[in-house]
Amino acid sequence: MKILNCPINGPRPIHEFIYGGEFRDMPDVDAVTDGEWVDYLYNRSGVPGIKREWWYHVASNVWFIAERDTATNVVCKTYLFEGRRNYE
Amino acid sequence: MPYQLVKYALSSKYPRTRMFTATVDLKDNYDVVIIGAGGHGLAAAYYLARDYDITNVAVLEKDYIGAGGTGRNTTIIRSNYLTPEGVRFYDESLRLFKDLSTEFDLNLFYSERGHFTLAHSDSAVRTMRWRAEVNKHMGVNSEFVNPDFVKESCPYIDLTCGGNAPIMGALYHPPGAIARHDAVAWGYGAGAVKRGVEIHQNTEVVGIDVRKGKVIGVRTNRGYIRTSKILSAVAGWTPQITDMVGIRTPIYVRPLQACVSEPLKPFLDTIIVSGSLHVYVSQSSRGELVMGGATDPYDLNMMRTSLEFTEGLASHMLDLFPFLSEVKILRVWAGLCDMTPDFAPIMGKTPVEGFYLDAGWGTWGFKATPISGKTMAHTIAKDCEPDLIYAFRLSRFEDFELTGEKGAASVGH
Repeated sequence: MKILNCPINGPRPIHEFIYGGEFRDMPDVDAVTDGEWVDYLYNRSGVPGIKREWWYHVASNVWFIAERDTATNVVCKTYLFEGRRNYE
Repeated sequence: MPYQLVKYALSSKYPRTRMFTATVDLKDNYDVVIIGAGGHGLAAAYYLARDYDITNVAVLEKDYIGAGGTGRNTTIIRSNYLTPEGVRFYDESLRLFKDLSTEFDLNLFYSERGHFTLAHSDSAVRTMRWRAEVNKHMGVNSEFVNPDFVKESCPYIDLTCGGNAPIMGALYHPPGAIARHDAVAWGYGAGAVKRGVEIHQNTEVVGIDVRKGKVIGVRTNRGYIRTSKILSAVAGWTPQITDMVGIRTPIYVRPLQACVSEPLKPFLDTIIVSGSLHVYVSQSSRGELVMGGATDPYDLNMMRTSLEFTEGLASHMLDLFPFLSEVKILRVWAGLCDMTPDFAPIMGKTPVEGFYLDAGWGTWGFKATPISGKTMAHTIAKDCEPDLIYAFRLSRFEDFELTGEKGAASVGH
């Protein structure tokens, strides 16, 4: 993965980007139990596979989502975050 | 001093007997199954047999002995950590390391070098002074030294670092050492085998059976094993194993790359680490510079290497040692690090009865090999964690009692 496709700027060299970690859906803060909150805060799915991740294009200030296989380092697709609906 | 060398010189028995016995079939039942025949897994097996007389133990390894993090680290041993819990734990490990060559009758090339963590900024100086005070309080030899002292101990260093990041001082830790990493695993493995433990290489765990919250067996590519106690000591593969028993952890996996140069005449007696420049380097007994840096900047379960790493590391090496510009890189490799949010390991019991975890070793696992083996053996034998590792329990995240060791990591990550 030497080139990453920014949804706004197109293909760019990987060193223009910063990794923002795995995408995690924040639970409803009013309904959540302590255990669920801790799980959201700390726990991660470390098993290799295709993950949704936050990435940031530094030069143009764009945060977006990449779907990447952490076993092969192949990016399947990248797109802008549009709220929760593009994950349902 | 291992007497092995003398015995070998005077003995007519040649070649010497093999360290490990030939593979036998798996039994149906073991008291303890240890997943991962790296330093940590084998050390746990060794201490289980030696200290608790538990010898019906199988160590399962999907690859070969020491194929994971044990064979892929940069062999540095130190105890100049940041939290009292960390300092106490790693110092006990260092103490055990010193006797291992004699105990195993195997030369581990344990070599005390003195360990310098360089500070290039005011904030780094502050952290080094902080670490020095914690260390001294815990009885560990460690002090903040000025740049002249660094120059005297390491005459070839450029204190100005090319003008980019002048060295403002360093944390000096005289007991800092290096050792032959493969031999550590072999020594523990051979010692365990001698006491009746079985090591099964090329044996991959494909599933773990849990009934009513208790471990009952392990499925492998060579058959089924009944057991009530399992230790996972698999470093970068921890999430796959914890998934099998339904435990969630904060672990995420990143590759850590390292490399060695062609052999040079000895010029570097000490271990030099620079957090700001992302480099740590020592010179091996055969003259190679052993160098490492930061982990890759995103999650990845691959042991590939990258030109970016080698280029970045080389440029920082030249900041410190400009005269190395013509030196060639001989080998580059990567290992997998299971990272935790507080840069401390995850050790001890888990919510699943009989399932024990020795994980979260990130970039700091090799130096902990002896003490992790000893404390995990205690945990397994007694089904309770010794005080020494209580701070590293998995439930610390639920309790919001993290053990913040990031400031003691060799380089920023």
